[in-house]
Amino acid sequence: MKYLSEYRNLEATKGYLNLIARKVTRTWKVMEICGGQTHGLVRNGILDLLPPQVQMIHGPGCPVCVTPLNLIDKAIELLEIGVIVCSFGDMIRVPGSKKSLLEAKADGGDLRILYSPLEAVKIAKNNPEKEVVFFAVGFETTAPANALSVLHAQKEGITNYSILVSHVLVPPAMEAILDDEFCNIDAFLGAGHVCAIMGNEEYHPMSKKYSIPIIITGFEPLDLVQGIYMAVCQLEEGIHKVENQYSRVVKEEGNLAAKKVIQQVFEVGNREWRGIGEIPNSGYKVRKAFAAYDAETKFNIENIKVSESSICIAGEILRGIKKPKECPAFGKTCNPSNPLGAPMVSSEGACAAYYHFSNIEI
Amino acid sequence: MIDYKTINLGHGSGGLMTRDLLDEIIFKTFSNPYLDKKHDGSVVKIEGEIAISTDSFVISPIFFKGGNIGELAVNGTVNDVAMCGAQPKYLSLAFIVEEGMKVDDFIKIVKSIKETADKSGVQIITGDTKVVERGKGDQIFINTTGFGPVNPKGYISADNIKVGDKIIVNGFIAQHGMAIMSQREGLEFESTIESDTTNLNFIANDLINEFELGIHLYRDATRGGLASVLTEIATDIKKGVSINENDLPLDKQVAAACEILGLDPLYVANEGVFLAIVDAEIAERVVKFMHNDEKGKYAVCIGEITEEHPNKVVMQSAIGGKRIVSPMIGEQLPRIC
Repeated sequence: MKYLSEYRNLEATKGYLNLIARKVTRTWKVMEICGGQTHGLVRNGILDLLPPQVQMIHGPGCPVCVTPLNLIDKAIELLEIGVIVCSFGDMIRVPGSKKSLLEAKADGGDLRILYSPLEAVKIAKNNPEKEVVFFAVGFETTAPANALSVLHAQKEGITNYSILVSHVLVPPAMEAILDDEFCNIDAFLGAGHVCAIMGNEEYHPMSKKYSIPIIITGFEPLDLVQGIYMAVCQLEEGIHKVENQYSRVVKEEGNLAAKKVIQQVFEVGNREWRGIGEIPNSGYKVRKAFAAYDAETKFNIENIKVSESSICIAGEILRGIKKPKECPAFGKTCNPSNPLGAPMVSSEGACAAYYHFSNIEI
Repeated sequence: MIDYKTINLGHGSGGLMTRDLLDEIIFKTFSNPYLDKKHDGSVVKIEGEIAISTDSFVISPIFFKGGNIGELAVNGTVNDVAMCGAQPKYLSLAFIVEEGMKVDDFIKIVKSIKETADKSGVQIITGDTKVVERGKGDQIFINTTGFGPVNPKGYISADNIKVGDKIIVNGFIAQHGMAIMSQREGLEFESTIESDTTNLNFIANDLINEFELGIHLYRDATRGGLASVLTEIATDIKKGVSINENDLPLDKQVAAACEILGLDPLYVANEGVFLAIVDAEIAERVVKFMHNDEKGKYAVCIGEITEEHPNKVVMQSAIGGKRIVSPMIGEQLPRIC
């Protein structure tokens, strides 16, 4: 595949691994923000190829993992009152407080797995007698398409469509991690696809304020090892700035058209992150002008509140304080068939990545 | 004469309407000395050991790029019997039809079953048709049971497998699953990917005739894909399985579709892919032999059985790292971003 196979090249990847090994003189902890990067590292066996001084810490960038339990229960409630709920695939196995969306489907709920929210608008159009809700989960990456679905429904005069929003934002989460008293992160690999939408502007002040290198990085093996090399270089040379490894996709200003659509439909507000808690100004909410498309107000489900499993250490894993294998439940009472927390479910979750791809000693 | 457009409950009643449906569609299409007796069952004579396998087919959509549920119902069972080292000869065929199914669609499926059965050299010798109320089925479900004599020249069993054995795959993986995925509501994408559904009984039998006891095990990699079969083998034989990512036969378009949806081709279903575990000494010759058969044109050796990491499948990644290939939990789900 053009533009993919080149970034999975053995020799080039080895070349960067050698450069990292030659450059590194002491232990550095580098956090990759995005779950897609975590999977890239584990699935390609990169963690074992890095010199032991370079320790990768897995970040909170799995949208499924940080979607609060409340929201899943709300989606289930909607299914149970007869709403057609549409969702991205990875969301449906995540356990809610009593059951998952998949189990709610088995109980008779009309759940549809989609790849684009615009499909959900189509379903609403074809089922005018039913209410249709799209479970709008994700970081800045999926926000433009979700916002577009609302604009599209409005333009077509479709009134039986709304979105259940759980949009979270990356920069506030990075700041929350840096402000944590247990934080031991030396550098970040920034989430390439989030920056493809939002650009790099927000990261410059953060890099300065916390004196931390931030490398906007892609997802293929070569991207990852190059991003790590750039981070190690900055750390070894004692400098800190924002660098763009993923320049074939990410522009400094981001995608202006996508940002405009987001702005139109969403506004920034406080958000609860599963396992981390509420982070100020860390998510999107539907603007008042589009309240008719906001499932939470439309269906009066704002007050559903539930608490997390007490055994699961997803919060510490998402903040990079602990690794999946340090969890007493990992691979035992918690596994992908019976997940206690979301990181074990999503294809981007750190626990699932460890379980699937590196469980040699389990 | 068929003068109705849809199947209704009367066609499953056992009365005249059922008789009419069977006479006009089933018996006419599949006519053979066994079926023509119209008895409760059929009596056949087979020498030696026989292999038998049964499978039910439920798929949406029932017509898809590269095939339909009828073709799957024949090839699926034919291949399961072939994987036992046997040559399938006879099939039973049972339909559960949902009230309201278009007769034209039913006929299309029945005809396709006949063509597919002819291609694999099997006869339909007994069957059943039931009709369920609308909403209690998904247009049509099919069950087939197949059987035939085991080829006495071979011995296909996991017990034969030893460290060093080579793992050979007959062709491109993940085609069927991605063809279906490309036509699912909500996930549709433009592609020319077609299901790989086909019969594997002749190539499997020819290999046994040629290499006899050198062929240790066959498995077809249907639901759950190559990964599921390999992980099952590793646990069964309590040895390690090692494969190379670079050697996996993967069509570019399928690879791209998997990439977009976030699916791992190792776990995507196939309907015409099998793996042969063979003695290391004959591996190269087996691959060459398969290249001469249309069904094995793209055969390739993807790995071997190892002493290390017993019960586990380990894949050497394209960039030189190692990763575990774990059993699939539920259906693979397209990811968020």
